[in-house]
Amino acid sequence: MAILEVEHIQKSFDRTEVLKDINFSLEQGQVLAIIGPSGGGKTTLLRCLNFLETPDQGVIRVNGSVLFDADDPATRSESQIRRKRLHFGLVFQSFNLFPQYTALENVRLAPELLAKERPDYHANKAAIHEEIEANARGLLAQIGLADRMNSYPHQLSGGQCQRVAIARALALHPDILCFDEPTSALDPELTGEVLRVIRALADKRTTMIIVTHEMAFARDVASQVLFIDGGRICEQGAPQEVFQNPREERTRQFLSRFAQE
Amino acid sequence: MELILEQLPVVVGALNTGFLQTLRLFFITLLGAFPLGLVIAFGSMSRIRLLSLSARFLIWIIRGTPLMIQLLIIYYFPGLVLHSPIWGGGESGRFLAASISFVLNYACYFSEIYRGGIQSVPVGQQEAGLVLGMTRHQIFFRVTLLQMVKRIVPPISNEVITLVKDTSLARIIALQEVIWAGQAFMKGSHGISGAIWPLFFTAVYYLIFNGILTVLLARLEKKLDYFRI
Repeated sequence: MAILEVEHIQKSFDRTEVLKDINFSLEQGQVLAIIGPSGGGKTTLLRCLNFLETPDQGVIRVNGSVLFDADDPATRSESQIRRKRLHFGLVFQSFNLFPQYTALENVRLAPELLAKERPDYHANKAAIHEEIEANARGLLAQIGLADRMNSYPHQLSGGQCQRVAIARALALHPDILCFDEPTSALDPELTGEVLRVIRALADKRTTMIIVTHEMAFARDVASQVLFIDGGRICEQGAPQEVFQNPREERTRQFLSRFAQE
Repeated sequence: MELILEQLPVVVGALNTGFLQTLRLFFITLLGAFPLGLVIAFGSMSRIRLLSLSARFLIWIIRGTPLMIQLLIIYYFPGLVLHSPIWGGGESGRFLAASISFVLNYACYFSEIYRGGIQSVPVGQQEAGLVLGMTRHQIFFRVTLLQMVKRIVPPISNEVITLVKDTSLARIIALQEVIWAGQAFMKGSHGISGAIWPLFFTAVYYLIFNGILTVLLARLEKKLDYFRI
């Protein structure tokens, strides 16, 4: 069964239709790369999945259960949405780390706040905090920042910040981790270290959706590629198909610019 | 000069009493205006139109008119126009009216500084909090607030230092603060009359107190230097 099913997602801002009837599904452990020109709706799609935008139409199912249905107001209430967001993690283009917290505190903050809602929080407070702390340290070590845990974001490079942001998203154990152009704010040297972390996650079969302009990376890592332009999916398929034998003229046109580089 | 030295202990004693009242007004204003300003700031940013319009109307009135007139209206209007003197007589009544005027006035100025501070925190900070499952309440107190505080310390410091001197406006309803105490020696008080130097001497009180505040506020600014926004 698919871990994620997206059906007929439609979203408009005022009168501009940004997403038109988006349909796709994703299997557990797969990596979906979303490519396409800027302004095509890629970021809006990710934001819809993370409920930063509310789709006007459509259904989102995770593990078979309906997370969002535009026709069912019960799935749209604020308090429900907060819990549902936790199925997804989101790594932003501009990192959005909390500047007043160290790398470790950035990773620890959300799990600590969520732990307070657990019924056994007061009984097992010390153990819960110990577990969160250990998990956060483990994640930072995993992304190669064991020695920078107590640094503040302004003391870290862009690549290091983005890696902390990835650890912060992973700390909540999302079903699906989303990346919104994770390397677009980085220079080529720093891009490599972030892509390596994402690649390592793919090797461990982390389910991911990656919006990216790194075509070579998308081709290597993705199990499925969506090409989105003008708010609709123009082409989708395995990376070899989409990159080597695109069926649509628009895809060919878009990819030819990268081939020239 | 000899006369001044002779009068000095008496004058300083009276001015100290007056300055104590100045300090009380100063601290009560801060205590009230810091939180009330936040309420007005949220009001002015509210999506409920009636609320935001009322908050902005209040800010317009309070910032658009002299504090001295506000003091006079708040103190005299209930008694003289409505014939229901709600403030009670004497110094405690004057202090209550002055406190309310100052709290209201400074809350409106603070609210605009807060609003600027809150709106200058990038929306990405809030979005990061949301996707991490935080409530809006948690996002404000755990993420936004400290970044906002860091941004507003310099403009708030300005207002705080202005407030120290603005307390002297309470003299207009005869609150017995330090200017009032200094002026009293002109008409005659504690056996001294016709002396103008005590009035000038009050400036030293303001100067010293603002010196202390400047050092403390700079220290606070430095304390928030550990992170950058």
